[in-house]
Amino acid sequence: MTKLSLTINGRRVSADIDSRTLLVDFLRNNQRLTGTHVGCDTSQCGACTVHLDGRSVKSCAVLAASCEGADVMTIEGLADGTTLHPMQAAFREHHALQCGFCTPGMIMAGVDIVNRNGSQVDEATIRKELEGNICRCTGYHNIVRAIESGAAAMAGTKIAAE
Amino acid sequence: MQAFDYRRPGTINEADLALKAAPGARLLAGGQTLLPTMKLRLATPDTVIDLSAIASLKGIARKDGGLAIGAMTTHAAVAESADVKGAIPGLAKLAGGIGDPQVRHRGTIGGSVANNDPAADYPAAVLALGATLNTSKRTITADDFFQGLFATALEENEILTEIAFPVPQSFAYAKFDQPASRFALVGVAVARTSGGVRVAVTGAGQGGVFRWTDAEKALSANFSAAALDGLKLDASNVLSDVHGNADYRAHLVGIMARRAVAG
Amino acid sequence: MTDQGIGASVKRVEDLRFITGKGQYVDDINRHGQTYAVFARSPVAHATIKNIDVSEALASPGVLGVYTGADLAADKIGGLICGWMIHSKDGSPMKAGAHPALAQGKVRYVGDHVAVVIAETLDQAKDAAGLIQVDYGELPAVVDVGSAQAAGKAQIHDEAPNNTVYQWHLGDKDATDAAFAKAAHVTKLDIVNNRLVPNAMEPRAAIGDFDPGQDQFTLYTTSQNPHVARLVLSAFIGIAPEHKLRVIAPDVGGGFGSKIFIYAEETVCIWASKKVGRPVKWVAERTEAFLADAHGRDHVTTAELALDASGKILALRANTKANLGAYLSTFASSVPTYLYAPLLSGQYDIPAIYCEVDGVYTTTTPVDAYRGAGRPEATFVVERLLEVAARQTGRDPAEFRRQNFIKSFPHQTPVIMAYDAGDYAASLDKALEMADYKGLAARKAESARKGKLRGLGFSAYIEACGIAPSRAVGSLGAGVGLWESAEIRVNPVGTIEVLTGSHSHGQGHETTFAQVISSKLGVPIEQVSIVHGDTDKVQMGMGTYGSRSGAVGASAIVKAAEKIVAKGKRVAAACMEVPEDSVDFENGEFLGRGTNKKMTFGEVALQAYVAHKFDPELIEPGLKEGSFYDPKNFTFPSGVHIAEVEIDPETGHTRIDRWTAVDDFGILINPMIVEGQVHGGIAQGVGQAMLEHTVYDENGQLITGSFMDYAMPRADDVPSYNVSMTTTPCPSNPLGVKGCGEAGAIAAPPALINAITDALGHEEIAMPATPQAVWRAAQKSVRKQAAE
Repeated sequence: MTKLSLTINGRRVSADIDSRTLLVDFLRNNQRLTGTHVGCDTSQCGACTVHLDGRSVKSCAVLAASCEGADVMTIEGLADGTTLHPMQAAFREHHALQCGFCTPGMIMAGVDIVNRNGSQVDEATIRKELEGNICRCTGYHNIVRAIESGAAAMAGTKIAAE
Repeated sequence: MQAFDYRRPGTINEADLALKAAPGARLLAGGQTLLPTMKLRLATPDTVIDLSAIASLKGIARKDGGLAIGAMTTHAAVAESADVKGAIPGLAKLAGGIGDPQVRHRGTIGGSVANNDPAADYPAAVLALGATLNTSKRTITADDFFQGLFATALEENEILTEIAFPVPQSFAYAKFDQPASRFALVGVAVARTSGGVRVAVTGAGQGGVFRWTDAEKALSANFSAAALDGLKLDASNVLSDVHGNADYRAHLVGIMARRAVAG
Repeated sequence: MTDQGIGASVKRVEDLRFITGKGQYVDDINRHGQTYAVFARSPVAHATIKNIDVSEALASPGVLGVYTGADLAADKIGGLICGWMIHSKDGSPMKAGAHPALAQGKVRYVGDHVAVVIAETLDQAKDAAGLIQVDYGELPAVVDVGSAQAAGKAQIHDEAPNNTVYQWHLGDKDATDAAFAKAAHVTKLDIVNNRLVPNAMEPRAAIGDFDPGQDQFTLYTTSQNPHVARLVLSAFIGIAPEHKLRVIAPDVGGGFGSKIFIYAEETVCIWASKKVGRPVKWVAERTEAFLADAHGRDHVTTAELALDASGKILALRANTKANLGAYLSTFASSVPTYLYAPLLSGQYDIPAIYCEVDGVYTTTTPVDAYRGAGRPEATFVVERLLEVAARQTGRDPAEFRRQNFIKSFPHQTPVIMAYDAGDYAASLDKALEMADYKGLAARKAESARKGKLRGLGFSAYIEACGIAPSRAVGSLGAGVGLWESAEIRVNPVGTIEVLTGSHSHGQGHETTFAQVISSKLGVPIEQVSIVHGDTDKVQMGMGTYGSRSGAVGASAIVKAAEKIVAKGKRVAAACMEVPEDSVDFENGEFLGRGTNKKMTFGEVALQAYVAHKFDPELIEPGLKEGSFYDPKNFTFPSGVHIAEVEIDPETGHTRIDRWTAVDDFGILINPMIVEGQVHGGIAQGVGQAMLEHTVYDENGQLITGSFMDYAMPRADDVPSYNVSMTTTPCPSNPLGVKGCGEAGAIAAPPALINAITDALGHEEIAMPATPQAVWRAAQKSVRKQAAE
């Protein structure tokens, strides 16, 4: 067993875990945060995407134990109470989800894409940066629209906050 | 995955001791290859030594006129580094094309190079640039380091700590994606160094990354895409699989080499 | 149309839980005391089972049970069924072998389910599964559908000599042969419709839970049709009587057909939950899903088109070998027969058609319906023949199609289908304009200047969906009816629950069905709940597939709503003290005609339950009505897709430059959702045409068994799509909707292959047109040009 202590969605969490526990399993089973999904076993599909110390990662390819002291954000931590994150709102606005299974990972990836590329990120960059997220339902068209729109909204929110 | 003993040393020394204490232990770098392999039970180590807490293994510095990149430096860090972009911009671009953003936020140069996947991007750069690989025990040249599919010169209890890149006159990497995995179906790295032109090919060799010496000769005489006209890579040692037969891969090597030269 | 009713692009009601991570998929559900199941699967494609030794596995830590086919047989658990009887040309019924939920005596494909381990933890179950010893007597694999029927091949099922399940046909052979004999031109193509792995992003999962106190089972399953699962598990497999078996399909992460079928895993989980006395949970790993989920497509066809000298089509002929895999999956027999051949007329007036189909066993994963189910295969045949025939005879592909379009309706095709309404020229004209067809030559020249090859390809498709009129499919061999059910429960204070037999696994029914209620009953959608996916709540239903939820599911809601309005009028009349037949219902209000009396829907609902103002001998209290709606006909969505590509001949990489889609789905309930369905279908069609390759080696090992080797379309593989609609309302259902869920996957592959072959200047390319395949084909062009 390994002792683990980290921050998840702003909350300090401590646990004793089996060392082979993946971050995704720690989140889903130990913390009952089932919004992060498992869609494959070769780390391609991205349904398990969360933010680790401010960067998108595939939580199926990270040991929970490697996250000692780290700051993890999942889909459950994006909204501010009942106020949706602009990217979440954009996904609904643009019908960027159908079955919803890839959606949490897609939204977390989208936020990270904007964090790194800025609010004017273009379509070609978005499509390229989504290589780590597979969707079988939407054909990606509306996801790209949503991320473009979420990006602009995130800039607006930032300005408002400043 | 199967159960294992887990160690998370804070220094290279501690890692060394942990390795000695557990023969057959696997070193965990970014985990982007090792963890999926362990999940599929294709690797079942008794001990896993996690290097992610060793700060001294991370970082990029200008050193001795070259670039020293710590083994645990992520692909994203290399891609975003002002030092790398300034000294070897083609290397930053290569790092920025590995996998996808999530992979780049965890995967490390040391992990990639020590694993020596025959379709990985970094080995081509390390070989083309004639880098030096520093370990916990010694220094190894790139030419001596890569020894076949998933095989390197690293010994049992040896930890790759840093890769030192001399700054070339120019460096470029052109890659053609395998459409499913986004690894290199073929990737060609071309470096103009003080010792001449070096051309390293990944994705194509039956023995992993290799130097295309015919191309090196031609380009050393005349550094232009035209110098590669009529040059064909011998397909007999080229990989064949469902994504590309040897003749197609061999052809792609030529095309990617031209595109790397053209910049 | 209000901003919430039929025709409005209402933002989806169900989205909130999905965008906040609060969806409840089967793997998100955990039952108290649950155990974990891992299946031991055959590593070989074809073998007898000489012996299974589970003793080491049983002794492994944490293991509660290890079961094989013998255990299921001892409990008289029946095998998995195929629910559609197909007869061969000679009248004999199809020759089907048994499909046990755990192998009995033989294994027939890599991945075939041999045993199950139930343990306290998933890792313990995996450890134990690795300790099961199976002694196999290996037999030759039979992998290639083209040669599986040859003499000397290993027999996969004793019941099916020469691995032939059926030899079926449709159409008029004599008339077709006669037409070909007279033809001025014949176009002949050998076509492979490549096998696909559906790969919904949520892997299949099941939780079986037995309650000994009530002697009752509950199954959580990733199903597109929980009632069908209950029916099959109860009536055919014998788990429990229906009233003792509850099946719940909660949030399901995509299906595309692969989650219609009743598989071994949920059968074993539900049965095992009683054996071990604890809930049993199984979740597929992705590499497991590649082996264990039903695959799609896999046809080998020789097809011919006969033309007269003026370019009029005289006849179409096709001979298809359809790979059914190692066992018949639930719908498998129908897909290459009645869902395929009746679409071989396409949008064209073809006087004579004849199609022969051999359904063939191979030692590969079973094949069944996958988005489009038979219609993509038919459309690919027709649209490749049309395009190639046009090019061979020097005709413009668009005008050649237009010349042969059906122009008057209704139109009886020679292959069962009678098309009710359509305007194919209108779709073509709109598509040509949107795609800037006139500018193609200039764009080709510009690409050529940059050393690239540009091409454009058409696909004018029609499909039959909204399945289906029960008597019609019954006469064709279906074992079930294909109606749909709806129950509308109006609550006393005016809110409404609609219990539907349809199931939403991405289609947005919680929104679109509420929109129908809003239009028909005038109730805002915030006051409407759509309930689906639980056999304890919804009495019976047939589920969602075959693009039927609009045409059939929503029609059932309309019928039930009509009954609600009818009763509401009677209650209102009593309350308003006006004659019963003098009440009108408009905009959510009941109006006494010729008076100024009116009552809102909510007021009438309350009165229906308060029951103070009418005689219960004449009007029962309550306001709840149901309907089982059996469609009058299939529906016939149609349209034109145009793909334009730019190929890099040095590498074979194909970039899709633009995609145009003009679709006619009749009336649209929610245009935003309809477009989303088209987008997703196109992406899957692109996947089939240029990325997705399901490759078996000669030993029956699946080489492309994970996302590392099976190329799923990603965001940078596809462009943004230019999608537009035309409308000819469907005459055969009350809403006028045709259904849209599969059209993109049906239309896209031929559009893309027609574009690629246009760019290459010749027709020799197979799907998937991977970079390697395109490069090789481009080499042929170069050599051809050099030779000319």
